[in-house]
Amino acid sequence: MARTALQDVLLTLVVSALLIWIMPMLIGTYTLTVLVIYGMLGLSLGLIWGFGGILCFGQAAFFGLGAYTYAIAAINIGESTLPMLLAVLVPAIFAALLGAMMFYGRLTDVYLGVITLVVTLILFKFVNSTAGPQYVIGKARLGGFNGIPGFQTLNVPGDPGAYIWGDPYYYVCAVALVIVFLLVTWLLRSSFGRIALGIRENEVRMGLMGYDVAARKTVMFAIGAAIAGLAGALFANWGEIVTPSLFSLGQSAEIIIWCIVGGLGTRIGPIIGAAGLAYLKFLLGQQSLIDNTLITGLILVLFVLFLPKGLAPAIAALFRAVFGRTRRKPDARRMRRARHG
Amino acid sequence: MAETVLETQGLTMRFGGVTASDNVNFKLKARELRCLIGPNGAGKSTFFKCVTGLLTPTEGHVFMRGQEVTGWHPHQIASLGVGIKTQTPNVLDALSVRENIWLAARRFHPVSEARDRSDEMIDRLALGSIARSSLGQLAHGERQRVELGLVAVADPWLVLLDEPAAGMSAQDVERMTAIIHDLTKTAAVVIVEHDMQFIRSIADTVTVFHQGAVLMEDHVDRVMSDAQVRAVYLGKKT
Ligand SMILES: Nc1ncnc2c1ncn2[C@@H]1O[C@H](COP(=O)(O)OP(=O)(O)OP(=O)(O)O)[C@@H](O)[C@H]1O
Ligand SMILES: [Mg+2]
Repeated sequence: MARTALQDVLLTLVVSALLIWIMPMLIGTYTLTVLVIYGMLGLSLGLIWGFGGILCFGQAAFFGLGAYTYAIAAINIGESTLPMLLAVLVPAIFAALLGAMMFYGRLTDVYLGVITLVVTLILFKFVNSTAGPQYVIGKARLGGFNGIPGFQTLNVPGDPGAYIWGDPYYYVCAVALVIVFLLVTWLLRSSFGRIALGIRENEVRMGLMGYDVAARKTVMFAIGAAIAGLAGALFANWGEIVTPSLFSLGQSAEIIIWCIVGGLGTRIGPIIGAAGLAYLKFLLGQQSLIDNTLITGLILVLFVLFLPKGLAPAIAALFRAVFGRTRRKPDARRMRRARHG
Repeated sequence: MAETVLETQGLTMRFGGVTASDNVNFKLKARELRCLIGPNGAGKSTFFKCVTGLLTPTEGHVFMRGQEVTGWHPHQIASLGVGIKTQTPNVLDALSVRENIWLAARRFHPVSEARDRSDEMIDRLALGSIARSSLGQLAHGERQRVELGLVAVADPWLVLLDEPAAGMSAQDVERMTAIIHDLTKTAAVVIVEHDMQFIRSIADTVTVFHQGAVLMEDHVDRVMSDAQVRAVYLGKKT
């Protein structure tokens, strides 16, 4: 860890304050808001995959679950504070149960991928088929493929009449992302995070050290789902409707691509990947010359071939190459040649 | 009489038709140093894996300090205070030497104490100059040393080492011998080895495995001069 925790926090605050201030001059806040939300969704997978070694093919399931939980709770409760909390808790609990089943069952990575994929598919199919009037939760009709519109959107806590929308909503989402980012930073610097990294590196060794790998992976998985759920709730508020497409496999695949392109094993990479690719998709959506999934696919292939570590590590390496030499300590014991074992 | 820290009764492990461990009855006392020897495929590693929970034995029982631990997971066994080094290196390649050792210490100690203990261990193993290097960059002997360090830093009372000297330089082996002697002050140690010279230098009682079963168990000198043992090692019929 090159930077101290304080430096890390300060850097995060300064950079994000600048970005939050500058970006609205370049991109409309309505679009920007969804980019921020996708950034948070990217971060949720970036955390569990990049730092926990858990490749989840169904991160969209938690995103959708968060959005639906919010919509259903908001219709039933009205005031948005509790629904927001539920939108974080429900996906987290769902993930904890699913994760416990997978990790205590000692499934290999391939089966983990398959199961998360299938669960997403099942949720998608199920929600899609709930168009009938018999599918209600409290006052909320699930609405099947039509989705759920017309729920109470985010309000100032305690004041249901004071809606937060437009520019202020952008700031709320951006600040939420910064807070989540700082929490992730703190988590990764804590013992839990360092142990998680060890588990990513070698589960057998960590088990032999006495760490309960299954329990820790379950917790990590649930934390990822909580973040995805929060992103889902924010997305529901942004779109003012939730539809089954939130659960789609296409959405899940996109999150994985964001992480690969942005840079796995970094905190900022998946956010950049998410916002960047989502913005690109938005721009491409305004023309009809080229199909935009084709472009996304092409970008993925190009990255895998030429920049397999992703954008963030590449930029960092470039930065080091340009500025690194002057900052090196004179007494550095870096004379060892790298050997392979 | 010293307490028995490890005992197996009728330990048997079958892989399909292969009986890799065959009715092994094994007893180890506190602070004892025991070497396991035997030709390739004799079942030494399989025995280790059954004891450490990496494999669940087909039949038989494992006891540690009188408690039955058969079928426990490795992390539960390690949590008792058992340090384990597998035959194939098991280290955290992308992490630094310091982080590897810190993680092992952290399991049993709070953050700052874990840091002090790992610093101490790094000094003792003379790893200071490479403490920041990631394990993936290190030479084989250094990796072995780090793995021994992360076993030792947890203060185990039972240590199981599967071929710790394999592929090490003479100097590395010497350093490791010192560490193992250190360990025996507080722990019982079981070492699987092929290197006879190393065994002579360190061992007292030796257990010989052959075709999954215990062939002989005696003082190192008598084992080395035993005709049957020599025949097994040279691959002759007895
Ligand atoms: N997972 C497995 N599946 C099938 N057979 C196995 C398995 N593990 C070990 N064996 C077999 O069990 C026997 C004992 O193997 P083991 O690895 O315990 O020997 P060893 O004494 O450690 O040998 P070495 O000195 O080469 O390390 C061998 O015949 C081996 O092929
Ligand atoms: Mg072996």
